Amino acid sequence: MKNILNLILTAVAAWAICLITPWWGIMIAALAISFLIPLKKGAAFLIPFLAVFLLWGIQAYLLSSGNDLTMAKKIATLFSLNENAYLLMGITALIGGLAAAFSGLLGKQLRTAFTA
Amino acid sequence: MLAVNAALFYGLNTRFGSTPALGKFLSPNQGIWQNETSDVEANTLQLEGLSAPVTVHYDDYLIPHVFAANKTDLYKAQGYITAQHRLWQMEFQTMASAGRLSEIFGEAALEYDRRQRRKGMGFGAENALKTMASDTETMGYLEAYKEGVNAYIATLDEASLPVEYKMLGYAPEPWTLKKTALLLMYMTDMLAGRDSDFEYTNALSLFGKERFNMLFPDYFDRVDPVIPSEREWDDWLVSIPEAPADSLHLDQLAATIERPHPDNGSNNWAVGPQKSVSGNPILANDPHLGLNLPSIWYVMQLATPEQNTFGATLPGAVGIVIGFNEDIAWGVTNATRDVRDWYKISFKDDTKKEYRYGDTWKPTTLREEYIEVRNGETFIDSVYYTHYGPVTYDETFKGNRGAQGYAMKWTGHLGGNNQRTLLELNAARNYDEYAAALKHFLAPAQNFVFASKTGDIALWIQGKFPNKWKGQGKFLLDGSNPDHEWQGYIPQKHNAHIKNPERGFVSSANQHPTDQTYPYYVFNDGYDTYRSRVINNFFRSKEKFDVADFKSLHNNNYNLMAAELLPVMLDSMDTETLTADEMELFNEVRAWDHYNDIDKAAPSIFETWKDILKDMLWDEFENEDLALDKPFNYQTVYMLTHYPNDPFMDITATEETETAKDLFLKSFKQAATTLISWKERNGNYQWGDYKATYVGHLLQDLPAFSRFKLPIGGNSGIVNATSEDHGPSWRMIVELGETPKALGIYPGGQSGNPGSKHYDDMIDKWAAGEYIELDFMPFGAAPKAMMTTQTLNSK
Repeated sequence: MKNILNLILTAVAAWAICLITPWWGIMIAALAISFLIPLKKGAAFLIPFLAVFLLWGIQAYLLSSGNDLTMAKKIATLFSLNENAYLLMGITALIGGLAAAFSGLLGKQLRTAFTA
Repeated sequence: MLAVNAALFYGLNTRFGSTPALGKFLSPNQGIWQNETSDVEANTLQLEGLSAPVTVHYDDYLIPHVFAANKTDLYKAQGYITAQHRLWQMEFQTMASAGRLSEIFGEAALEYDRRQRRKGMGFGAENALKTMASDTETMGYLEAYKEGVNAYIATLDEASLPVEYKMLGYAPEPWTLKKTALLLMYMTDMLAGRDSDFEYTNALSLFGKERFNMLFPDYFDRVDPVIPSEREWDDWLVSIPEAPADSLHLDQLAATIERPHPDNGSNNWAVGPQKSVSGNPILANDPHLGLNLPSIWYVMQLATPEQNTFGATLPGAVGIVIGFNEDIAWGVTNATRDVRDWYKISFKDDTKKEYRYGDTWKPTTLREEYIEVRNGETFIDSVYYTHYGPVTYDETFKGNRGAQGYAMKWTGHLGGNNQRTLLELNAARNYDEYAAALKHFLAPAQNFVFASKTGDIALWIQGKFPNKWKGQGKFLLDGSNPDHEWQGYIPQKHNAHIKNPERGFVSSANQHPTDQTYPYYVFNDGYDTYRSRVINNFFRSKEKFDVADFKSLHNNNYNLMAAELLPVMLDSMDTETLTADEMELFNEVRAWDHYNDIDKAAPSIFETWKDILKDMLWDEFENEDLALDKPFNYQTVYMLTHYPNDPFMDITATEETETAKDLFLKSFKQAATTLISWKERNGNYQWGDYKATYVGHLLQDLPAFSRFKLPIGGNSGIVNATSEDHGPSWRMIVELGETPKALGIYPGGQSGNPGSKHYDDMIDKWAAGEYIELDFMPFGAAPKAMMTTQTLNSK
C-alpha cells in the first residue's frame, strides 16, 4: 500500500514540481516523498525509479507521438540509436528513473537520520 | 548517499566534451522533447511598440503573409517572426561572421575565428554601421527589426530554446544592429571574398609570364557576356589609370587562407513582353550557394497598405532580398569581380608600428581582437591595420618573415548601405526606382536582374569597382609604392548595364560582365563559361517563352563542357588497350547525350574521368611549398583540344613524355578502376547515387539534422548547378501580369527546428524540380482555409 502511495505521489509531485523547476525537480520530488513515506529495502530504490521512469516515458511519448516522432528520431540518430525513437524514450525514462531512485534512497536515509 | 546524489545531479546537469547535459537534454519538461513541434499556434502574441496590430497568416509551407499598418511595424514583425523560426541560425551566422565560434566550440574553432578577425569582418561591419548611421530611415527599420527579434528572445525559457542551444549548452544574446551588419558581411565574404592574387603570383614566378597568360587569359576565346555585345560604350568619357613601370611585385606564400567555395554562383534571366507567350514579362533567379539546413533563405510576404512584397529574406537582414511586388520583380547573381587585392607591407621593425610608404613611414593602427575560448583562455590576436586595410598575413599567421606582412584592400571594408538598396527595391514600382535603389550597394557586387509589369527588363552590374590599370590586382601589389594604390573607382553610372535590349531578354550566370569593348579593366576571376552559353542559346532558340520553359531551364542538366570535351577524348582513344570492363564504360559514355540526369551512368563516368584528367594535366600545380590554383575548366578544355602536345601535358613524375592523347587513356583507365570499385560497393553508379547530393546542417553537416542522397541531377557548370553540396538555394519564377504569379522552392523548409515537419518539407519537391505556388495575397485579404493566423499586438 505504501509502495503504491509513494509511487503515485512521487510521480505527481515530480510532474508538479517540474512545472516550476528545471529537470531536477524530479529529484526533489523523490527525496521529499521518500522522506514522508519511507519504503523498505529494494522498494526504496525501485518505487521512485518506477514513478519517474513511467512519468518521463509517458511524457516523452505524449510530446513526440503527435508529431510523428520527428525530433525523437533525429536525436536517436544523434545518439547512434539507429533512428529508434522508442529506445530514446527508454533511455530518457531510465535517466529520470535513476535520478529519482537515488534521491528516494537519500530521502529515506534522511528520514532514518532524523528519527534515530 | 548525499555524495551519490550530488554526483548524479552534477553528471546529468553538466556537459562533457560534446555530450550535452543528459538530464537537462532529455528531460520531458525542458529537453529536446519540448522541440517536438511542427505547427505555429493560432494565437495573439505580445509585441510591444507596435502602432497597430499585425496579422500573420501562415500557409501550408509555413510561409508567413504579414500585414502591418506601416513599415516600422512590418519590420518589427519580420524580426519577431523570423526569430520565431530561425533564431539559432540567425545568431550562429553572425557569430561565424564575427569570428566568435570559439565561444561555442572552444579551441577547435580558434583558427577559423582568427581568420575571420584578420579578414576584418568586424571592421567591415562597423564601417557599414557608420555609413548607415546617417540614414535615419533605414536605421529606424533596423532598430524595429532588432526589437522584434529581442521581443521573441525575451519569451524564451529553457524549454523553448532552439534545440541547437540545448545541444551545445549556450543561450542566445540580444540582437544588435551590428549583428545585421555582420550578416551582410557574411554574405559579402561568401560572394566577394575570393581572389587568387597569391596563387597567380606564385604561378607567374613558377611558369613565367607567357605561360601564365596562356593558362589564365583575361578573356576566354569564347565569351557570351552578361551585357550583350551589341551594347556600345562610345558615348562615355572614360579615364583609365596608366600602369606604373614596375607594376609587378613577385613574392611567395606557401599557404593562403581558406576561400569561399568556387561553386557559389547563380543564374538569373528575364524576358520582355515581345518574347513572352502571355505578353507579360517573366523573371527567374536561382542563387547557387552551399546547401544547408536551416536554409540560408526564409520566405515571407511583407505587406503594408503602401507596399506588398514577397520573396526570400536572409534571416538577420531587413526586408526581402530576392522577390517581387505588384509592379516589379528582381533577382541577383554574383558579379564575380576582383574587388580584393593584397599589398605587401614592409614594417620598419618588429613592433609593426610603422610601414614604408614612398619615401616615408606611415603609422599602423593596432586592433586587438579578443577571442573568447570556451573552457580556455581568451586569445588576443593583434591585427595591424594599414591605410589599405588589415594585415591579414604576418609571421603570426601564415606569413613568412618578421618585418613583413600582407594587407588586404577590399571593397567589403568600405562600408556600404546594402540594407537601403534592399528596402528601396522592396518598395520600387518601376525601372527608375530600381536603378536608384542600386546606388547604395557597394559589395558584394551583383548582377541585378529586373522586370516590371509595364514591360521593362534590365540588368545592372552593381557594386563599387576600383578603376584599375590593366592587370592591376591580378598579382600581389607593393604597399610601399604609392603608384600601386587603387587610383579611384569606376563612376557608378559607368557600371555596365542594359535596359530593354533588342534581343528581348537579359540574363546572367556569373560570366564575364561585358566583352572586351567595355572601357574599364575587368579581368577573369573565375567567370562562368558554360551555364551562360546554355542559357543564352536557350533564349535564342525560339521566339517566345512561358513559365514552363523557365522551369525546364532551371532544371536543365545539359553538360556543355562534356559536349565540347568528350568527343575529343573519345576520338583519340586507342580502344584496343581497354579491358572488357573498361570497354563497357567506354561504350556507355560514348552513347551519352551529355545530360547529367540522375538515372544515367555516363555522367558518373565523364565526371570522374574529367576530374582525374584535370589532376593529371595540372600535376605541375601540386606544390607543397607554393599556394597555386589550377586553370579554369574552360581553359583546361582549350589546352587539351588546341595544344595536345604542350609540355604541360607531360606528367612530371613519369619517365616518358605524355601528350593529351596519353592523358585521356591513362585518366580513363584510372577512372574505370574508381568506378568499378564503387560499383562493387554500391551496386551501380547512376549519376544521382554517385553524386549523392546532400543538404547539411550548419553544424558541420551533423548527420541527424541533415538530408543525404537526394535524387537530383546537374552539377557545377550546368544550369541546374547542383553539385554534391552546392546548388540552387532558392528558385523563383515570377510572371508580372495584372497580379503577379510566382513560383518558388528551396532545399529546406521554413522552420529552423529539426523537430518540425517544416524543417525540410520543400527538399523533395526541390530535388524533383517542382515548385510551390507563392500565394500573393492582396493587403488585408482574409486567410484561406488551412491557414493559421497569429496576431501580434502591443498589449
